[in-house]
Amino acid sequence: MDVIVLLKQVPDTETKIKIDADGKSIDTSDIKWIVNPYDEYAVEAALRLQESDGAMVTILSMGPERAVEAIRTALAMGADKGVLVDDPATEGSDALGKAKVLAAALRSMDFDLVFCGHRAVDDDENQVGIMVAELTGIPHLGMAVSIEVADGKARIERPLEGAKVTLEATMPALVTFGGAHAVWNPRYASLPGIMKAKKKPLEQKTLADLGVSPDEVGAQAAKMQVTSMGLPKERQAGRVLEGDTDEKAKELTRLLHEEAKVI
Amino acid sequence: MAEGVCVITEFRDGAFRRVSFEIASEGRRLADELGGPLLAIALGDGVTEVAPDLGGYGVEKVYVVDDPLLKDYRAETYVPIAAEMLESIEPKVVLSAGSVDGKDLSARLAARLEAGLATDCTELKIEGGALAAKRPMYAGKALAWCSWSEGAWPQMATCRPNVMDCLPPDTAKKAEIEKTNVALPGSNLTLVVKTEKEVGGKLDLTEAETIVSGGRGMKGPENFAMLEELATLLGGTVGASRSAVDSGWRPHADQVGQTGKVVTPTLYIAVGISGAIQHLAGMSSSKYIVAVNKDPEAPIFSKTDYGVVDDLFRFLPVFIEEVKTLKSTC
Repeated sequence: MDVIVLLKQVPDTETKIKIDADGKSIDTSDIKWIVNPYDEYAVEAALRLQESDGAMVTILSMGPERAVEAIRTALAMGADKGVLVDDPATEGSDALGKAKVLAAALRSMDFDLVFCGHRAVDDDENQVGIMVAELTGIPHLGMAVSIEVADGKARIERPLEGAKVTLEATMPALVTFGGAHAVWNPRYASLPGIMKAKKKPLEQKTLADLGVSPDEVGAQAAKMQVTSMGLPKERQAGRVLEGDTDEKAKELTRLLHEEAKVI
Repeated sequence: MAEGVCVITEFRDGAFRRVSFEIASEGRRLADELGGPLLAIALGDGVTEVAPDLGGYGVEKVYVVDDPLLKDYRAETYVPIAAEMLESIEPKVVLSAGSVDGKDLSARLAARLEAGLATDCTELKIEGGALAAKRPMYAGKALAWCSWSEGAWPQMATCRPNVMDCLPPDTAKKAEIEKTNVALPGSNLTLVVKTEKEVGGKLDLTEAETIVSGGRGMKGPENFAMLEELATLLGGTVGASRSAVDSGWRPHADQVGQTGKVVTPTLYIAVGISGAIQHLAGMSSSKYIVAVNKDPEAPIFSKTDYGVVDDLFRFLPVFIEEVKTLKSTC
């Protein structure tokens, strides 16, 4: 069984975001880069299939040279090999452009399952994985909080507003992962794992290698673009209530009822 | 030529989900600015009966496919129908729900139609005859305005539940219905094995008007009973910080933050939560924020409308009694 994990490198979730001088992106000068947490859950799920079914786990990413570090992290966790699509022509791609590149890369690879996070915690678009499924013509099982694979089928559980749903699809299929850290408890890279990762194959590809025309991706092909970016209005710290516990409880109740009118 | 706005509704268990009315209301406003009609697509099992009600929110015409095979959302059935409808009615702008199913549907449609899609928009406007959308990125740490390229069609956007204002419905108004029969693929579909409703009909965090969240300061799972009591009194639901979820005190579905749910309730009460950046990102867009924490230096207080510096175990029981008294007198 071949499992390909689509992985994105994103700013650490504890990053304080600053807007770049261009006014439409973030200032990346001071950023610590991590593996997108939801993609990390996808890597963990793939590694469990490696252990139980001997699955071959390949990490596929697109991005600049620094993304090699994110792939190495997944290799250190236990993935078998990595592929990075690094081509300046992909810069400025919208979700569809990115999905086209990843779908083209997948066409040149063998897979039974494609895994990725349901969203990347930078752009928060929630689109690329689903679009890859559409472009590849395979089912998508979304926001999985569990997965079982048997008899050529993948079965997941996922939350739906106010309910939990169990879904099953025939492979090949694409699964996007949801849940939380506590659901997947992704393993840490061990020291021997880090040493081994340095020797694992990591291939770099360009658009030409994938047979993708630069006209199909990048900023000029994007259907949608960010025209300006700003920080949300800082919430003003409101009042801190005074008095003893009884007085504070009374005052909070009064404020919520009379001033905010929310209770 | 493409004109007007089309909303893709979400129908489940015999009724439209509220977010459908929210995006219809928003669609009405956009259609008035843009010119052209407000249309809707309604797919489901038994949707014909309620489809005319969308007229109450300003929808002029609803394109309906009503089939038992459409009981559950499945990409294999919904996407081809919706894509074909959009190609035939040619709306300039398409709005859909930023719900679990709506996300799958809208991203697949955008890929199929080669369209630009802005997800989870918090504000939409018409600028120079085209859509402009404001959407949070980095879980709301940054806000971006997006626009569509010249000639890009359709201009697609999704809105999360609770974000767009819902018009009070004019129940006298009914939308025109156009029913289509479509041959649906009957085999090799994604199988919906089962759907289990949450016990007690717990409201999803993304749809709740009031959220009472607990963090590490709650000291253990048993103490969340207080928060449940308060949430029930206020007609809301309980959330949690990442550390409470990581400690196994609460289910992951309760997690609020950048790697959990981004929530926008009217009232958010943070109890025993210090306020890590990634938690603040998930709840800062709430209308009113209250924090209860014994540490006056806790970062959460920088985001609150009303702060209570106190021992939560002393404060909450008194506060719950006060709320009960209030509720019994009004």
